Amino acid sequence: MRSGTEGQAVSTNPTWTPDQPIVAVHDVHKSFGAIEVLKGVSLDVAKGEVVCIIGPSGSGKSTLLRCVNALVPINKGSIKVEGQEVHDPALDKLALRRKVGMVFQQYNLFPHKTAIENIMMAPLLVLKRPKAEVEAQARRLMSKVRLEGKEDAYPGELSGGQQQRVAIARSLAMNPDIMLFDEVTAALDPETVKEVLVTIRELAEEGMTCMIVTHEMGFAREIGDHIYFTDRGVIVEHGAPDSFFTQASDPRTRAFLSQIL
Amino acid sequence: MDALWDLLRHVHDAYGVNLVHFYDGFERGRLLRGMWTTVKLAAICIAFSILIGIVGAWLQTSRLRILKAAVQGYIQFFRNTPPLVQMYFFYFALGPQMPRVINDFGVPQPMFGSFEWAVLSLSFFAGAFNVEIFRSGVEAVQKATVEAADSLGFSRWQIYRYVVLPLAVRICLPALNNNLVNLAKTTTQAYAIAVPETLFVASQIWSDRINVLEMMVTLLTFYLLMVGVFVWAMTRLERRLRVPGFGQ
Ligand SMILES: Nc1ncnc2c1ncn2[C@@H]1O[C@H](COP(=O)(O)OP(=O)(O)O)[C@@H](O)[C@H]1O
Ligand SMILES: [Mg+2]
Repeated sequence: MRSGTEGQAVSTNPTWTPDQPIVAVHDVHKSFGAIEVLKGVSLDVAKGEVVCIIGPSGSGKSTLLRCVNALVPINKGSIKVEGQEVHDPALDKLALRRKVGMVFQQYNLFPHKTAIENIMMAPLLVLKRPKAEVEAQARRLMSKVRLEGKEDAYPGELSGGQQQRVAIARSLAMNPDIMLFDEVTAALDPETVKEVLVTIRELAEEGMTCMIVTHEMGFAREIGDHIYFTDRGVIVEHGAPDSFFTQASDPRTRAFLSQIL
Repeated sequence: MDALWDLLRHVHDAYGVNLVHFYDGFERGRLLRGMWTTVKLAAICIAFSILIGIVGAWLQTSRLRILKAAVQGYIQFFRNTPPLVQMYFFYFALGPQMPRVINDFGVPQPMFGSFEWAVLSLSFFAGAFNVEIFRSGVEAVQKATVEAADSLGFSRWQIYRYVVLPLAVRICLPALNNNLVNLAKTTTQAYAIAVPETLFVASQIWSDRINVLEMMVTLLTFYLLMVGVFVWAMTRLERRLRVPGFGQ
């Protein structure tokens, strides 16, 4: 999927090598007006690693993901993706967005475009790749997310789970190095949650670097290489899933886990 | 055709119903040219006013305060003053200020004639409403949808052109429709600056031929038909743009 003519070379910092963190977040502060939403967050993600971020609503998880692909600016600190400072004013945002794919909680497909058009739009408009090639890739992605036959359906004709899988395919069409998932199953019916999680798991198994914000603890435990727990704008605790879920030391983490498990 | 004209001539002679503007070749020519002028005027103004609406709503999403303020000023001016006064202002106040150009006969003439001034003033008038209409559509587009396009690397213009505008148009089509019908009817106001559109030629004909009632009925029927065709076309467009599971 990611080889051959489809992926064009994306500019990376020449000093970055794959053994260094692919995402390096260091002491990030972010305020909306007077409210400080991130109060010094640091975390590293290695290439191919799957990081799950859990924590109560309002703790700044979505904001953190949005900062990683520069959808919102930060006030202080540093975020490097493949060695490149994301909040450098001279940053080539397009290059960053090609490297980092993002899937949101809801309403994120273009409702006036069919499933396959949703997938093809960015490669055509943003990367200006030839249509035949883009369409062939889009069809492969539709079958990868198990939606063959739904190519011409509009988002309004698909279930929530199907829409989210199209959204994942749409991000993958840009051949990203990193995928961000922001509570992508939170708005779904229980029956369709599973099919979306299966798709994400397959991606993770193929070696895609993932940052996943989720409330599905079982999923986080099974798929995550590392779990971060955030509360009120700070990372309270983190660790490998086994130790994290069984031996959380901070009382806030334990209170959260006891509520949700 | 000639048989029909003869019949109408007979109706005039026998019953006094004066449809001279149909059966008389000269009057018919005048009337048809007037109608053609109306259709042209309406079509051009509709196109320009939509363009103004699209660009104005785009400028209003700008981060530049001064741009937004300029668009807001434009809207307030054209929405809150009478369109007839606007037209007079363009034609009588701005017109003489414009440079003159030399025509084919080597004679200097105004750069814009009354038709062009009517186009300008009516387009700006309806355009002010269109900006507001498109803006209401733009604001109704889900922020998350825009963010998704942003995260895929779309430029600001691409987001507007390929995501926001197509959705906004679907949302605001009924309001747009309304405003454009109004615009089509307001073209009669060009009478005031002597654009030879339908109302203007009709009044010439009824003064010359003293057939006020027949001319009025013809006039109203023409506008009913013209607006009818337009509404029919817009309804078809609305149906074509309808997307399963969106809006409604
Ligand atoms: N664009 C914004 N403007 C103002 N406040 C915001 C904005 N986005 C998020 N916030 C606030 O920041 C806090 C953290 O939000 P968020 O990152 O969405 O948390 P989480 O995803 O963990 O639920 C919340 O209190 C939210 O109200
Ligand atoms: Mg969130």
